[in-house]
Amino acid sequence: MNGMTVIVKKTTQLIAGIIFLYGIYIILHGHLTPGGGFAGGVILAGAFILLILAFGSDFLHLVREERGSTLYENLAILIVLFLALSGLVAGAGIFFDNWLPHGTPGELVSAGLLPLYNIFVGIEVAASILTIFLALVIFKEEVLK
Amino acid sequence: MELAISIITGFMILGALYAIHARDLLSAVIAGGIVGYSLVICFLLLRAPDLAIVQIVVETITLIIMVAVVLDSSRVEAYGKFDSRAWVTAGTAVFILLIMFWFLRIASSDLAPLGDHTVRMADAYMNGAVERTGSVNLVTGVVFDFRGYDTLGEATVLVTAVMGVLTILRIKGRKG
Amino acid sequence: MTAYWLCFVLFLTGLYGVITRRNLVKIAISLSVMEFSCFLFLALTGYREGGVAPIVDVADPVQTYVDPLPQAMVLTAIVIGLATTAMLMAVIIRIYRKYGTFDIREIKNLRG
Repeated sequence: MNGMTVIVKKTTQLIAGIIFLYGIYIILHGHLTPGGGFAGGVILAGAFILLILAFGSDFLHLVREERGSTLYENLAILIVLFLALSGLVAGAGIFFDNWLPHGTPGELVSAGLLPLYNIFVGIEVAASILTIFLALVIFKEEVLK
Repeated sequence: MELAISIITGFMILGALYAIHARDLLSAVIAGGIVGYSLVICFLLLRAPDLAIVQIVVETITLIIMVAVVLDSSRVEAYGKFDSRAWVTAGTAVFILLIMFWFLRIASSDLAPLGDHTVRMADAYMNGAVERTGSVNLVTGVVFDFRGYDTLGEATVLVTAVMGVLTILRIKGRKG
Repeated sequence: MTAYWLCFVLFLTGLYGVITRRNLVKIAISLSVMEFSCFLFLALTGYREGGVAPIVDVADPVQTYVDPLPQAMVLTAIVIGLATTAMLMAVIIRIYRKYGTFDIREIKNLRG
């Protein structure tokens, strides 16, 4: 898969960072505004997909990238599981217990464990969708060879 | 409200019918996009901004993947002649659709009209939920606190789907 | 009630496509149409007349919110839908590489 023209590449360079930042904003403010881990994670994956489509597959080291995204995906779901299990040890001893202090509703650092769940589910969703896309691109490359 | 939703749903039905009957696969995929993007407007009208954000990005990525698959192929759907097997299939389709309409007639007597939703169970998720979860966004409170098991199961399904894709698309065994 | 009926008709359209079409890509599109109609139905059941989006303003709480429970269910289901559609497309692209066609009848004939 070849890259696109210089105009597309330059525009992508300008836009992709802003899209990435927007995804991070959506994830971090998931307990205050519409959005959350799922929406933000899909937007993060969209920024990476935009880069891959614009710059072509020879620009990125696809296989190494895929190995990294698989690792991040598995680590993120493991951390989500451990966060859920931490409710058994601390607090009231219930699975999925929100044991951290809740703080003032409406502030950025509030709602106990919910922002942490948002962050790690966001990483998991982004890595999963990126892995699926990379697998499809790598398959296409290997068939064309 | 009901009129607007009905009009957009009518457009979705037209788009789906065109997608099913189009001869070129690329135009079928793009007509399938009509259904997904109209759903975004429906979600916005139904006061669900979280769903609208997710759906508009997911639909775009789905279209990218589908177009990438279709562009590699010959793109034309081969129409065979309308033989006896096609009659059997069409008959089965009409039969199943009639049965489903019968079920709809039974079920629709129990449905409340649109906008007249009774909140028996969801009352616990709305009144006093901010004090219990600390989250201002009620949907996030339901997803990660009240119904955390659902979310954990969903994340597991996502990982399983990724493993399935990696297994299906591997050509040769990986060394080292 | 019209919206519910049209939503059901959308589901039936997808079901009709799954039963009658022989092209694998069209079957995948029909499946996602059925999926979308289920999402729309769940979002419709949660709507309340005069309700606002389920985000609480602490200083000025409104009494009528849209039901957040169906929205939370649909939120997770949409992302699963993307993953399953991608997996379906992976199977389809693999079949196309092996047999050179999307038509399920031809694939069945080629095997025998």
